[in-house]
Amino acid sequence: MPATAQAGETIKIRSAIQHPMITGHTDAGPNVAPRKIIHTFAVAYLGAEVLRVDVAPGIAANPFFAFNLRARSSGDVVFTWIDDTGEVIVETRQLTVT
Amino acid sequence: MGGLKVLCIAIVLINGQTIGTVAADGPFPDEARRMRSANEFLSPALRAEQADPIRNRGMLWVEQGERLFAQPPPPGGAQSCASCHASPETSMRGVAARLPAVDAESGQLVNLEGRINDCRILRQSLPPLDYETDELLALTAYLTALSIGEPLTVSIDGPASAFYAYGQQLWSERQGQLNVACTQCHDQSVGRKLRGDTISSAVPTGYPAYRLEWQTLGSLHRRLRSCQLGVRAQLFELGSREYLALELYLKSRARRHLIDAPALRR
Ligand code: HEC
Ligand code: HEC
Repeated sequence: MPATAQAGETIKIRSAIQHPMITGHTDAGPNVAPRKIIHTFAVAYLGAEVLRVDVAPGIAANPFFAFNLRARSSGDVVFTWIDDTGEVIVETRQLTVT
Repeated sequence: MGGLKVLCIAIVLINGQTIGTVAADGPFPDEARRMRSANEFLSPALRAEQADPIRNRGMLWVEQGERLFAQPPPPGGAQSCASCHASPETSMRGVAARLPAVDAESGQLVNLEGRINDCRILRQSLPPLDYETDELLALTAYLTALSIGEPLTVSIDGPASAFYAYGQQLWSERQGQLNVACTQCHDQSVGRKLRGDTISSAVPTGYPAYRLEWQTLGSLHRRLRSCQLGVRAQLFELGSREYLALELYLKSRARRHLIDAPALRR
């Protein structure tokens, strides 16, 4: 994602995260192993949620998301991934709006 | 889930090199000029994905490797990699391009994974990392990416010549239930289709590579194992002398081809 944008400008944000997205289904059959996928991806900007994705087991490993964001004022963009083990991964990027 | 890494900011491919090219200057073996990288057979969509550092998932391991290289070692370990190898962008540039090489002390052929593990054991007092662990893949991918754009320059002279000869032998010998040699596919059938793939000349510059079938990054040795599986041959161990000899042979065959890891593969 760009570090700066003009007020009102639409910027493109792209994210990828390293995660095996284990569905629990294998050649041996369905649900033979515990499922461990990222089930939620959420993005907050200026303290408010701007995007929430319920992620299904059909999504490949190391999921990639791209989306647009309208820049309003300077502040943090906070990315959150939550997986089935309850692990929460948070990354923050600053956006400076001119 | 230690190895998680997020990429939200575009990282520029080190040295901004284009993919699948060959050094123009200097002597160039005819054999290498005729070779066709698997990049040539990628679909336009996959090729674009490969060239994009955010969509190329292999870059997640490169980033992880950069962190592992710089960070203090886990408890019980001596020093970080970076404390001995300062400025890796310059000090480690080209290293991946000239490995595997024969270790002067042991007389053994050692590749990049082996060098990394040697340092872990001898200089960090840590256990070696297994092939295909995220940590070893990450360090290998990071150090290989530091050589993007460097031509392969492995030596096959002196003590390396015996390993090269062994690799060449393995390349030419028929194996497996299907009784097919590497050379029958990767020299004699280049450009032909096989199970949805187009057979390339087995140019090894893109490894470790992110293979969609694997859903993860994998070493060159893992790729070789897939080929052996394909002909229903007895598999060699990852890191074995057989795969090391084949790695030397492949990298010598493709010398002057430029490193372009991490590649994206079907
Ligand atoms: C205590 C110092 C020390 C530490 C810590 C250390 N190394 Fe090394 N490393 C060396 C020395 C010394 C050499 C041998 C240099 C030579 O032979 O020219 C070497 C060689 C290497 C080489 C081969 C370089 C070549 O030119 O062939 C690689 C790759 C490497 N180290 C990677 C690593 C990695 C990755 C780590 C961390 C996991 C690490 N090293 C930790 C001291 C260290
Ligand atoms: C039956 C045909 C066949 C045989 C025999 C075979 N391979 Fe492959 N190999 C393939 C196919 C198909 C691919 C995937 C497409 C490609 O890149 O060529 C592949 C891929 C590779 C790659 C990766 C190329 C890249 O850029 O991703 C290497 C390296 C390789 N093979 C080496 C070998 C070696 C060494 C042997 C002998 C031990 C061998 N292969 C035997 C069919 C074969």
